[in-house]
Amino acid sequence: MHTLTIAQLAAGLREKKFSSRELTQHYLKRIDAFDGALNSFVTITAERALAQADAADARLAAGDAGILTGIPLGQKDIFCTQGVRTASGSKMLDSFIAPYDATIVEKLDAAGMVMLGKLNMDEFAMGSSNETSFYGPVCNPWDKTRVPGGSSGGSVACVAAGLAPVATATDTGGSIRQPAALTNLTGIKPTYGRVSRYGMIAFASSLDQAGVVARSAEDAAHVLQAMSGFDPKDSTSVERPVDDLLSGLGQSIKGLTIGLPKEYFADGMSAGVRERIEQAIATLTQLGANFKEISLPNSPLSVPTYYVVAPAEASSNLARFDGVRYGHRAEGAKSLEELYKRSRGEGFGAEVQRRIMIGTYVLSHGYYDAYYLQAQKVRRLIYDDFKRAFADGIDLVLSPTATDVAFKFGENSDDPVAMYLNDIYTIAANLAGIPAMSLPCGFVDGLPTGFQLMGNFFAEARMLNVAHQYQQATDFHQQWPTEYAS
Amino acid sequence: MIIPAGWEAVIGLEVHCQLSTQSKIFSGSAIAYGAAPNSQASPIDLGMPGMLPVLNVDAVKKAVTFGLSVSAKIADRSVFARKHYFYPDLPKGYQISQYELPIVYEGHLDIEMEDGTTKRIGITRAHLEEDAGKSVHEGFQKSSGIDLNRAGTPLIEIVSEPDLRTAQEAVAYLKKLHQLVVYLGICDGNMQEGSFRCDANVSVRKIGAPKFGTRTETKNVNSFRYVEKAIEYEIERQIEVIEAGGSIRQETRLFNPDTGETKAMRSKEDANDYRYFPDPDLLPVVCTQDYIDAIRKSLPELPEPKRARFVAEFGLSDYDAKTLTSSRELAAYYEAVVTASGAEAKLCANWVATDLLGALNKMSKGIEESPITAVAFAALLKRIADKTINGKIAKDVFEAMVAGEGSADEIIQAKGLVQVTDESAIIAAIDDVIAKNPQQLADYRGGKDKLYGFFVGQAMKATQGKANPDALNRLLKERLAG
Repeated sequence: MHTLTIAQLAAGLREKKFSSRELTQHYLKRIDAFDGALNSFVTITAERALAQADAADARLAAGDAGILTGIPLGQKDIFCTQGVRTASGSKMLDSFIAPYDATIVEKLDAAGMVMLGKLNMDEFAMGSSNETSFYGPVCNPWDKTRVPGGSSGGSVACVAAGLAPVATATDTGGSIRQPAALTNLTGIKPTYGRVSRYGMIAFASSLDQAGVVARSAEDAAHVLQAMSGFDPKDSTSVERPVDDLLSGLGQSIKGLTIGLPKEYFADGMSAGVRERIEQAIATLTQLGANFKEISLPNSPLSVPTYYVVAPAEASSNLARFDGVRYGHRAEGAKSLEELYKRSRGEGFGAEVQRRIMIGTYVLSHGYYDAYYLQAQKVRRLIYDDFKRAFADGIDLVLSPTATDVAFKFGENSDDPVAMYLNDIYTIAANLAGIPAMSLPCGFVDGLPTGFQLMGNFFAEARMLNVAHQYQQATDFHQQWPTEYAS
Repeated sequence: MIIPAGWEAVIGLEVHCQLSTQSKIFSGSAIAYGAAPNSQASPIDLGMPGMLPVLNVDAVKKAVTFGLSVSAKIADRSVFARKHYFYPDLPKGYQISQYELPIVYEGHLDIEMEDGTTKRIGITRAHLEEDAGKSVHEGFQKSSGIDLNRAGTPLIEIVSEPDLRTAQEAVAYLKKLHQLVVYLGICDGNMQEGSFRCDANVSVRKIGAPKFGTRTETKNVNSFRYVEKAIEYEIERQIEVIEAGGSIRQETRLFNPDTGETKAMRSKEDANDYRYFPDPDLLPVVCTQDYIDAIRKSLPELPEPKRARFVAEFGLSDYDAKTLTSSRELAAYYEAVVTASGAEAKLCANWVATDLLGALNKMSKGIEESPITAVAFAALLKRIADKTINGKIAKDVFEAMVAGEGSADEIIQAKGLVQVTDESAIIAAIDDVIAKNPQQLADYRGGKDKLYGFFVGQAMKATQGKANPDALNRLLKERLAG
């Protein structure tokens, strides 16, 4: 059952080949069997899942079911779930149980999806390897000595290993796309403002966006369709009708113009990755797409810009974790100052503390103009680069997602800058607010790699259409890590 | 207090004014005062993870209303910024405020000086922000309680230019501002409950000095009297320090109402670096010209134009007009009395400003709590106007109305207070008085004019005060003349 697509699962449920309860039990069994080694779930909500499955079966019987009704999923532990702990990978929130649901949790519940549990992640989504989680690293199902990428490491590992058909994820600088590339999945980060951030624990508010990791563009489209939409509880969500992401998947991509930014194809990616991307370009050309070299001249500034803006917002967003109202509180503090210092010192891991310090520094009096303000100006230039490209007739932009295949545990963890460079291809889309996705394009020495598509604002449907057409012509995305296929 | 010769004080006020919206500025929680601790605090107010602010447009409307009433500019685009500091009653670790781009800027307010001239006080800016919660230190053993009911209450912080020169000017400005925000209906003005709070920036310098002296900021002086005392104390203290060869430290000070002194709280060196930056959770506030014009059209008549109108339309003295326009409710009450009674506007003014306000004062009540409605009060004045009762009797009727004995007509009926206009009855009473006082009559006729008052009093007494005063006067003069 776990190799079926969402459409096949939905058909199976309707044809009574299996019930949602049976499907849910199947996944719970797989989690039980495999997740001890992978560590993709931090909380398994079996009882809640079975209750949701029963409710879904009732809806199916009553003819009141949508395409997603009865389909299980994993929720990244960054989305608040009423009554179920939401820790965001941090000791700080190890005991935190929200009295509310995130909007996307509410929406996917309403669609009838069955939440199997909460997924591991880098602490507060800060990381590219899932090594900063308080709940321990997540293993890459393709090679358990390697990282799954981050911050949505739990989301990709559980889907890649068939422990859930699909999972939610979030992307602040590449946290959906980079791990998707490293685990042979399709991951999409929609336009900023397309999916509500209400109830999603903030890392960097102006960059954070929720999305999906799935086994195909079509599966991703189904779930993203249900997550998207204006939310009056999030002032930055956009009041605009949601496009139909599915009806156009079958369209031909003949005549489409795809830009190849020369800055993204300069040195940086490994020879293996370059070869796979070139092959993907050849395939898309065969499908009728035209390629054109373009320039996004400010893209080399993405990483430094991001590492000013994101920590600045993070240092502010994480100020609320002070041990006063909820979360970790140091014991025996003798003064208010000591309570703050110790609660935060004990509750936050090293990477989070590093980013809080960077962020505090760049917002400080006397440094604000040189760092934060300057970064905002560069951010604007990066946005303008894309705007110009799209105005010049470019429909989508194609680039690598990650510089290389998954690296080994510990390989980058002593060198924060090397770790930050993992996001070199993905960060610009967050800074510009445009949608972007990663999809599988083959293997290098048995390890998966992917390429990235970036689109104009609200071009999710177009992007998914291209990805789907590519996946009709290739079978990379259908490959499984051997241990988990059967 | 008189500022020593050669010295000048420079004062600017920062006023925090709670906006009387139904709900908080960024959440749907109620903002009623005095509710059980934390009963009006939602996950958003508690700064819980994943919670996001959504701007209450009524707060924006009220801020714009204020801006227009002080002839200020309204920013077509203003931006919320986060102001960071750690304190237990600040749930998010930052306060959402406005920093570089406030919604209201460059306005002014004219205050009246003692010599009758007016002085224009500049208003630098007024920005929207959220209030913090409260720390409660009593009633907890070895710990403090946090009440977040107030957290997220909408405020405008109104910052004046350093245009004020004496404590009295500062108070005049503050009172004017207070009257204005209450008039506009954007703030309940309750200083005891903290709805209208003031911080005073004070410095001194030698007259003619080109630059301002170093200033101190005195926090939370929450009555007009305290503002005056705190500023006077600061001026005196600063002059003393400088004259003794010392210098003023830039610092925040706290006023102690018990001693009337201010005390250093923290110096500039240990001040927070607030690390302001635009709040990425909120969009810029855009005010279109149409939006601003619509609010301008809905502005109520402001105190000054109303006062001028009362003088012109009702023929009131400037003093009476000022009294009657001191609050919007009082002015409305007065106008309702004039309309409903049909009595002369000046008569109504005397009765409202003197008798009614006097009685309310004794009961420590405001006009909105008056036991006599405007319509009921008008019924009393109508009976004076149509001569059913005279002014003296009316005072008794008024007392009875205050005591809740009924309407004017009911009381007049019940007590038989209808004015005696039957001339024969009045003549009979006069003749009786004259007959009983032959000596006084002789003296009066002999030239002692002062005795006229004696006869009026006696005759009025003989009619139990009910005689029509005009008729009584006329007839008495005739009879006394013989």
